[in-house]
Amino acid sequence: MQFLNGITLLLVYQLVGEITVRLLGLPIPGPVLGMVMLFITLMIRGRTPESVDQASSALLSHLSLLFVPAGVGMMAHFGRIADEWVPITLALLLSTVITMVATALIMQVTTRWFTKPLAENGKHDE
Amino acid sequence: MMNEPGLKDIWVYLSASPLLGLTITLVAYGLAYRLYLKTNSNPLANPVVTSVAMLIILLLATGTSYSDYFEGGQFVHFLLGPATVALAVPLYQQFSRLRQLWLPVTISLFCGVVIAAGSSIGLARLLGGSMEIQMSLAPKSATAPVAMGISEKIGGLPSLTAVLVVITGITGAVLGTKLFEWIRVRDDTAKGIAMGVAAHGIGTARAFQVSSQMGAFSGLAMALSAFATALLVPWLVDLLASWLPA
Repeated sequence: MQFLNGITLLLVYQLVGEITVRLLGLPIPGPVLGMVMLFITLMIRGRTPESVDQASSALLSHLSLLFVPAGVGMMAHFGRIADEWVPITLALLLSTVITMVATALIMQVTTRWFTKPLAENGKHDE
Repeated sequence: MMNEPGLKDIWVYLSASPLLGLTITLVAYGLAYRLYLKTNSNPLANPVVTSVAMLIILLLATGTSYSDYFEGGQFVHFLLGPATVALAVPLYQQFSRLRQLWLPVTISLFCGVVIAAGSSIGLARLLGGSMEIQMSLAPKSATAPVAMGISEKIGGLPSLTAVLVVITGITGAVLGTKLFEWIRVRDDTAKGIAMGVAAHGIGTARAFQVSSQMGAFSGLAMALSAFATALLVPWLVDLLASWLPA
């Protein structure tokens, strides 16, 4: 029952998110607004209800599975991908590598910059 | 001879019903996941790669179209929506850690999202990709429902974007840990943020295997970058369009 309540709540937030986005013509996707609203709710309540915790860890622990049907969609786009395979594969590969390297380095450098005062006070946790 | 019409009837029934698509998705993933564990979680045996390959081979061999398969596959695909909403939970649970690191996280996230979209548009354009391909690639680092929504808004093909999102996630999950070794980033927080920004849920699943801290930060980065991508990418596309000739 807990799990059912949790999944129902997630769907309600998604539904409210989708409706709000359409009504107000917001530039963000419905599930993202649903996520923001759930986050705010959790902040106000100050804890995660057991039901939401169960449902979200069930969904998030098998997140890879949820991408499989979209991945199989590749077969519907074989022609398109074959036509432009050079820009698609190179841009995708290089851009992913660049993004990952740049983000990791930026995060490492900025963490050092902004947590230095803490480290000097002996509060740096590493 | 007696049996043949029977089997054919069963096949006609099955190929028209969502039951088959749904079941083969779960069975293929189950097998792929077992294979992944057998190889000691070798990133090259990523369960998304092997299950997608198995399913495509099976569908091509039986002459089943993607739309017939998706009758059943959509039930799994649909769960990406509530899973996006569910990201609020790890976000909330890591909030105290996030509050300490809010400035580095904000800066990295902003840069990461802009680099992800900017470099994919730029590289695709440089390599002669059509406008549709550039726009389909732009949101590729965000989680699928978000990326598809953005792709539609900026003139890409949402269904192609979904495929590119999956390939991006796999690329990140397979290369990630090696890349971080090469550039000598050892902090799990930084690795997690980079994984979540570049490779969304598939990268996050991989990050959780390295450590729970890397996983939590990857999930957090994926949630925040879904939000940031939705806000920033349409704006970035307008900006690039006014700078660069198409």
